[in-house]
Amino acid sequence: MNNKTYNGISAPYALWCVVFILAPLVIVAYYALTDSTGAFTTANLSGLSLYTDTIARSVYFGIIATAICLVIAYPLAYFISKTKASKQKILLMLIMVPMWMNFLLRTYSIMVLIEDSGIINNFLVSIGLNPIHMINTPGAVIFGMVYDYLPFMVIPLYTAMTKLDVRLIEAARDLGASGFQTLRDVIIPLTRSGIVSGITMVFVPSVSTFYISQKLGGGRYTLIGDVIEMQFQTAYNYNLGASISLLLMVFILVCLFIMNKFGDIDEGGSIV
Amino acid sequence: MEKKNVIINLKNISVAFDGEPVLKDLNLYIRDGEFVTLLGPSGCGKTTTLRIIAGFQEPDAGEVIFEDKCINGVPAHERQVNTIFQRYALFPHLNVYDNVAFGLRLCKMPESDIKKKVEEMLELVDLKGFNRRSIDSLSGGQQQRIAIARALAVDPRVLLLDEPLGALDLKLRKDMQVELKNIQQRLGITFIYVTHDQEEALSMSDTIVVMDHGEIQHIGTPEDIYNEPANAFVADFIGESNILDGVMKKDFKIEFSGHVFDCVDKGFKEDELVDVVIRPEDVDITTVKDGMISGVVTNVTFKGVHYEIIVDVGGFKWMIQTTDYAKEGKKIGLIIKPDEIHVMKKSKYSGLYGDYSSFSDEMDYISDVNEILVEEEDEDEEIID
Repeated sequence: MNNKTYNGISAPYALWCVVFILAPLVIVAYYALTDSTGAFTTANLSGLSLYTDTIARSVYFGIIATAICLVIAYPLAYFISKTKASKQKILLMLIMVPMWMNFLLRTYSIMVLIEDSGIINNFLVSIGLNPIHMINTPGAVIFGMVYDYLPFMVIPLYTAMTKLDVRLIEAARDLGASGFQTLRDVIIPLTRSGIVSGITMVFVPSVSTFYISQKLGGGRYTLIGDVIEMQFQTAYNYNLGASISLLLMVFILVCLFIMNKFGDIDEGGSIV
Repeated sequence: MEKKNVIINLKNISVAFDGEPVLKDLNLYIRDGEFVTLLGPSGCGKTTTLRIIAGFQEPDAGEVIFEDKCINGVPAHERQVNTIFQRYALFPHLNVYDNVAFGLRLCKMPESDIKKKVEEMLELVDLKGFNRRSIDSLSGGQQQRIAIARALAVDPRVLLLDEPLGALDLKLRKDMQVELKNIQQRLGITFIYVTHDQEEALSMSDTIVVMDHGEIQHIGTPEDIYNEPANAFVADFIGESNILDGVMKKDFKIEFSGHVFDCVDKGFKEDELVDVVIRPEDVDITTVKDGMISGVVTNVTFKGVHYEIIVDVGGFKWMIQTTDYAKEGKKIGLIIKPDEIHVMKKSKYSGLYGDYSSFSDEMDYISDVNEILVEEEDEDEEIID
């Protein structure tokens, strides 16, 4: 095939890029750097310092949610990769099924579950226990993030682990490594690409998410995604909203860049 | 050779996978410093035996004794036994140096000692100066050597080798056979070697253990195994052989192919039915008049060192390897000296191995390939279990 055919084949994607990726970026940047009259200004960007707390909270919640996902998903993915092939499919399916449900719906259903007079507390009261206050706490918000994004952690880890040769684990044991040493010196290093992908795929949406904290945090733990939504939906300040989006995007790019520094050891693991 | 202490003793080992017996009441002892080969076709249980010694597989019944101590249940990393895996299993995330140092670091050896030991090992396997190379950049033969260095670095008492040369080409295989044997003799440690390649087994081992269907068929020196096979299976598996039905008339007299031969075997009942093995290179050809028995040449193949001649003697096709040429269709006589005749008791393998009527080199080659493919699948399955 010559270059011309190649260009022909990639034309639809190139068009897509321009219309749906490049152009929106330019528009966001335009709004971020202008005021409501369309004149150039950096006021939006300098105004971002007002949101330092919100950004810090978003990052903090994101890191905790990602860490919890990793701790849950790593052993789970290892377990799945070690079961029989037919069983693996079913287990993976079970991980994926919640993702077929709408994200807003899932979050809303968590709310119904953990409300003060929600299903869980009703149950506790009915068996004679004291109700537990769960909703509108940071824990509830983080739980929502973990629940929504866990599959994004499991899948890349599972993929990395299926590529792991059992003989390497046996070789490590054979050379005198205990179970923990094998995990530390062989299994984790060899699944690093999966770890990096998983972290990226959970951390990025966790940091930028909206709605979860509105429903599960009761508006007390506003995250940066909610602020952006607010600027567009209620405050109608497109310029500020765009500048926050821009900041968030730059921040995520930096994160991805750093993550990939750790992840490029292996083929097929990196996200960008 | 002086008799050394028994280092590993397998007592009444039985294993089944999904109800399918893999090892049946296996008994085997191995002396310190010995080069022992477990030889057999795919699915005979040789790899499973190795994995039991390594600690990757617990036997359903029986004891694994290491220097008078039962080591059933002792995990792999606490055994003084190391393995060279099929396809090497080198750590791809570590370079050559770190691979060889892997076991040493786990024993908390000071880094300066580790460096010395790694250098020593790399010199042993002839790969000095490869320290910083990545595993991917090595050829198959080099990876094999690194695997040997890595396993030997931790000073194992016993080295287990699971078809270590299976992935190498023929020339490299031959070189590595010599090298492995040299290393074993120099270090004086016990090698337990698993292979389905009988030539490899014959040329390297002190002792060969021939296995089939989870049972030991014959234990002996390469000469024993070749010259005095215990039963028809061993005779057929090791080298080429003509296996005939015979009748032991009395001590030193045996009848087969319609002729009573002198032989060196005794201790059978009178007129006992037996299996007779005669190696193709042990038959001399002559004229019909001078022969003990006679037959018609049906096929001649030039093999370089010798001719391979198929002779039809009363319907049974013999294979004969000789430097004398005989034309196809010619009637010739065969001479077999007493000490070239090996008599075996009847076993469950009797009658399973026919003559050379369907023999062709091509067929042989194809069945070999199949065997290797089956073997690979087998091993994989075993590991999953």
